[in-house]
Amino acid sequence: MTDRALLSVEEVLVDLPTPRGNLRAVDRVNLTVGAGQTLGVVGESGCGKTMLSRAILQLLPKKAKLQGRVMFDGQDLVSLDRESLRKLRGRSLAVVFQDPMTSLNPVLTIGTQLIETLQEHLELDLAAARKRSVELLAAVGIPAPDQRLTQYPHQLSGGMRQRVAIAIALSCEPKLLIADEPTTALDVTIQAQILDLLAREQRRRHMAMILITHDLGVVAGRTDEVAVMYAGRVVERAPTPALFKKMRMPYTEALLAAIPKLDAAPHTVLPAISGRPPDPTRPIKGCSFSPRCRYAVARCHGEKPELTEAETPAHQYACFHPIEMPVAVPA
Amino acid sequence: MMLQSSPADPLLKVENLVVEYNVGGKTVHAVSSVSLDIARGETLGLVGESGCGKSTLGRAVLQLRHAQSGKVLFDGNDLTAMRGDALRKMRQRVQLIFQDPIASLNPRRRIGDIVAEPLVISGVKDPEKRKQMVSDVLSAVGLDPGLVMGRLPHEFSGGQCQRICIARALVLNPDFIICDEPVSALDVSIRAQILNLLEEMKARYGLTLLFIAHDLAVVKAVSDRVAVMYLGRLCEVGPSEQLFARPAHPYTALLIEAIPVPDPDMRPAEAVAVGEPPSPIAPPSGCRFRTRCPRADAKCSTEVPELRAVAPGQYAACHHPLI
Repeated sequence: MTDRALLSVEEVLVDLPTPRGNLRAVDRVNLTVGAGQTLGVVGESGCGKTMLSRAILQLLPKKAKLQGRVMFDGQDLVSLDRESLRKLRGRSLAVVFQDPMTSLNPVLTIGTQLIETLQEHLELDLAAARKRSVELLAAVGIPAPDQRLTQYPHQLSGGMRQRVAIAIALSCEPKLLIADEPTTALDVTIQAQILDLLAREQRRRHMAMILITHDLGVVAGRTDEVAVMYAGRVVERAPTPALFKKMRMPYTEALLAAIPKLDAAPHTVLPAISGRPPDPTRPIKGCSFSPRCRYAVARCHGEKPELTEAETPAHQYACFHPIEMPVAVPA
Repeated sequence: MMLQSSPADPLLKVENLVVEYNVGGKTVHAVSSVSLDIARGETLGLVGESGCGKSTLGRAVLQLRHAQSGKVLFDGNDLTAMRGDALRKMRQRVQLIFQDPIASLNPRRRIGDIVAEPLVISGVKDPEKRKQMVSDVLSAVGLDPGLVMGRLPHEFSGGQCQRICIARALVLNPDFIICDEPVSALDVSIRAQILNLLEEMKARYGLTLLFIAHDLAVVKAVSDRVAVMYLGRLCEVGPSEQLFARPAHPYTALLIEAIPVPDPDMRPAEAVAVGEPPSPIAPPSGCRFRTRCPRADAKCSTEVPELRAVAPGQYAACHHPLI
């Protein structure tokens, strides 16, 4: 982590009113991302990772209530007006979503969508924007970029569409890219290509990135720091190598253990996590993982553990019974 | 085509199966001359990327897709030649579990009725008996029948809905279940529960499984043997442990390499294969993987590679196998 963070999320809390009552989607989250750094945010469906990214982008549903501060490049995004936000998003703060079919406009050509972004934010003229679009498409590995400009999203494969979405996100040289499950909708061989592409462009542009995923495998080799979320809270946060070597939070350990390993013998019984995540409209008094945790004792059910520093300030966990022993990492 | 590793007593035998669709006047070569055997009590994993024909193959086995040619022998009977009642009777022994558990349950019907429906269709007339069977199978999949039977699908999570789908597949006590991406819509922690449940049910009901998935690690966790498909053709078949340790087909090797490993010390190698699978409307001549294969040469574009033994029990369709 750097001293001057590019992004710092401070005590962010998101409440969503639902017919079943208030849903606390994000619960007092603190995170920082330095320039050029990659933060991985890992968690299962409903853990609040997407709502957190929307809180950063100020793209929350209208009814959502946001508290806390989102400091980006010296400004608090929460208090910015719409016009300033609009100038910022797409320019220095870009996003790539999971499903490129729904994030691209189906009735506009690839060219129109790219050129529009460039003209809007960089005030390029049509010829310059067109030239730049072709360069961008080539940079993200799209063959015959000239011809692609006149094509519509449905004429491209899922992987190609995601490349286009990345090209649009990168078009204005953003300082921070938020990639929300960018490869979940793609095949494995394409996933590897897209992750490589993001890493390469990130290095080249010295861009910071938040990589949101449900897959610990995806963050392992490709992030500097990881934050694990459960039921709206960050439950463990550490530099990536430290996290995988010394997991402290039982949830992180259980999540890793539940992934089938390629080097395990067939028919090995997986150490599954029993039960399921809590209903976010019915908050749990104690640690939200306690009903599923095999280390839980009375205290865990009655009191919420705060994020605590492990041996280094960068490694934090929210648990009364942190795991002491180094976790065996599959070779 | 040569048949691979014919197990002594195959429950299912697929011979030169061809499935093609007509899309806007063009032919999609979804499954092109695929042959495979599944032994009684075995789990065969079928992996491949979207559009490789793995789901179509699964459906063609059940005769939910019409095959252009080839045979599907189930317990010695050719399903492709069966019609009407005979086919319906046979289908009671073969069940299917789908990827999206919520979409595969009728949202307006109660769980008890959903799970009982196969019994109604197959002619179990006594409601008390049906209720007992449904209750037994729901308990088997880890649900409390008393709490569950009167409720509607929307009251359950994805993992629980998949348990209900599994219960519905098991209620007729089938011999064979085709699982088509049964865990890909589920979260990691729930996925492990369902995989364990499938293994448990397999042992308890003496099942044979065709397990279709795109995730190699998931497939390996449950399969005795694995078959790899690419663009409608079988690339490689072999015992799972062996196939993962020493893949013979370059495509299998690529798939294995592409899996993100949850270990930061194993920095991912830059992906080797460039490009994407070509369209199954116009598959490449010769070996269909050649356009993405680092080992491809002239022979690969002219001659279709046949499945050949590369190791005991392991067969690959490649002119330049890695072993």
